[in-house]
Amino acid sequence: MFGLKSSSLFSDTKKLEREIDGFVDILSEVGLVFKSIVPTYLNHSANGKFDEMVEKVKEMESKADKITKEVEHTLYEETLIPDARSDVLRLLEHMDELIGMYQGNCYHFSIQKPHFPKEFHEDLIELTETVVNCVEALCLTVRSFFRDIKSVRDNGHKVTFYEKESDIKFSSLARRIFDSELPLDQKMHLRYFVEKIDRICDQAEDIADEVQIYAIKRSV
Amino acid sequence: MDISIIIFLLGGLFLGWSLGANDAANVFGTAVGTRMVRFKTAAIVCSIFIILGAIISGAGTTETLGKLGSINALPGAFAACVAAGISVYLMTKAGLPVSTTQAIVGAIVGWNLYTGSATNIKVLITILGTWVLCPVISGLIAMGFFTLTKNFILKRKLHILRLDAYTRTALLLAGAFGAYSLGANNIANVMGVFVPISPFTDISISSFFVFSSKEQLFLLGGLAIAVGVFTYSKKVMFTVGNDLLKMSPVAAFIVVISHSIVLFLFASQGISNFLQSINLPSIPLVPVSSSQAVVGAVIGIGLLKGGKEVQWSVAGRITIGWFTLPIIAALISMILLFILSNIFNLTVSF
Repeated sequence: MFGLKSSSLFSDTKKLEREIDGFVDILSEVGLVFKSIVPTYLNHSANGKFDEMVEKVKEMESKADKITKEVEHTLYEETLIPDARSDVLRLLEHMDELIGMYQGNCYHFSIQKPHFPKEFHEDLIELTETVVNCVEALCLTVRSFFRDIKSVRDNGHKVTFYEKESDIKFSSLARRIFDSELPLDQKMHLRYFVEKIDRICDQAEDIADEVQIYAIKRSV
Repeated sequence: MDISIIIFLLGGLFLGWSLGANDAANVFGTAVGTRMVRFKTAAIVCSIFIILGAIISGAGTTETLGKLGSINALPGAFAACVAAGISVYLMTKAGLPVSTTQAIVGAIVGWNLYTGSATNIKVLITILGTWVLCPVISGLIAMGFFTLTKNFILKRKLHILRLDAYTRTALLLAGAFGAYSLGANNIANVMGVFVPISPFTDISISSFFVFSSKEQLFLLGGLAIAVGVFTYSKKVMFTVGNDLLKMSPVAAFIVVISHSIVLFLFASQGISNFLQSINLPSIPLVPVSSSQAVVGAVIGIGLLKGGKEVQWSVAGRITIGWFTLPIIAALISMILLFILSNIFNLTVSF
C-alpha cells in the first residue's frame, strides 16, 4: 500500500531493524577480535591462532558488506525513511569502511610481520584497547541514533574522549619508537603500524560527528 | 433531464474539480510531500473518503451556506460556482493554497450584490469569524499534539524504522479522516448552491433506503472532487508539503490530524448538539478553509520550534491570498451574472 511490493510494512521493518542491529554488532565484534589479535601477534608472532583470527575478521567483513547491500536495496526499493535514508546509508558505508580499516590492519600485520620489541608491547596493546573502546562508544552512538536520539550526544562525547586518549597514546608510542636505538627503517615501519591503528579512532570520531548532525536532522 | 440543467451543474462540477485539485492537496500534501505516502495511494484514499464524508455528513454546512444567500435560479448557481472555480484556479496557478470555501462565499455575496438580495450579515460574520478561528484552533491543536507526540517518541525509544512504519500508517489514517472531514465540511461549497434547486428526485432502493436528491448531488460533487484529486493535485501537494516549512514525517502527521480535527469540528452536527446539551456554546457548522487549517497547523509547529524555520514571506503571501480570493470571486461572479443575464438572457434570480 505504501510502496511495498510483497511483504507487509511491519515485517519488513522488523527484518531491516535486525539487519542494522546485526551490522553494528559486527563492527563491535570485529573490534573485540582486533583487541585480541594484536597481543596474539605480539606474543606468538604469526602462529596459527593469529591466522585464524584474521580469517574470522575477513568473514565478518564480508557479512557486513552483504548487510550493507541488502539494507541499501530494501531502503530504496521500498522507499523507507525517505527523510533519513541517505544519512543512514552513508552511516553504514562509513562504518563499513571502519571494519575495512580493522581488516586492513590485520592483513598488514599478517603480510609485513612488523617486529615490535618487547618494550613497546604494552603501549601498543593499550593503544589498541583505546581504539577498540573508541569504536565501542561509536557503536553505542549509532545505536542511540536509531533508537534513543537523546543519548546520541552523550555517547558521541565518549567517542571524542577516546579519540583524544588514542592521540596521546599514539604520540607517546611514536616518540618512544623514534627515541629508541632501532634502525630508522624499523622505526618507520613500526610508526606506520601505530599510525594505522590510531587512524581507526580518527575515522570513528568523524562518524560520531556525522551521527550527531544526523540526529539534529532527525529531531521531530 | 434538460440539457441546460446538465450544463449548469457543470459549474458545480468545475468547482468540485478545483476543490479536489487544491483543497484535497491539504489533506495529503504533507504526507506526499515528505514522500511517506505515494501519490496514487493518497489519491485513492482521499477520493473514497471525500465522497463518503460528503454523502454521510455534508448536510450541516450546506444549511449554513444556504442562509448566507439562497441562490434560487440554476444560471445564478452556475455563475457562482464558475466564479469560485476560476478564482481558485487563478490562485492555485499563482501557487497559493487557497480554499473553495473563501471563493464560494465571495461568489454568493457577489450574487447577492448583483441581484439585490440581502446578505445575512450575521451568517457572514460567523463565517468570517471562523476563518480567523480556524487557523488559530488548528495551530493550537498542532502545538498540543506535537508536544505530546514528541514526548511519546522520546520516551518509547522507537527504532527509526519502526517510527517510520507507524508514521506512514498514522498519516494514511489521519489522511482518510481528513478527507472524510473535508468532504463533510466542504461539499457545501461545491453543491450547496444547487440543493434548493436540485434537478434530481429521491430514489428508493428498498423500503429502508432512500437515496435523496441532495445525496445524489453530493455524490456527483464528490466524484468531481475525486477527478480534481487525480488530475491536478499532485503539484499542489508537493507545494504544501515542502514550501512553507521543511517538515519531518511526524510533523506532517500532526499537520494532517490537526487540520482534520478542525474540519470535523466545524462539520459535526453531533459535536455541536452535544456542546449545546451541556450548555456550552455550540460550534457553528460552517464550511471552513482547509488551507487555513493546514497553514495554521504548520505555523503552530514552526512557532513551537522557535519560529525561525517558518518561511514568513510565504505565510504572508498566503494570507494576502486569503483576503483577495473572496473579493476576486465576488467580482468574477458579478461579471458572469451580467453576461448570463444580459447576453444570454438567462434568469439569474427569481
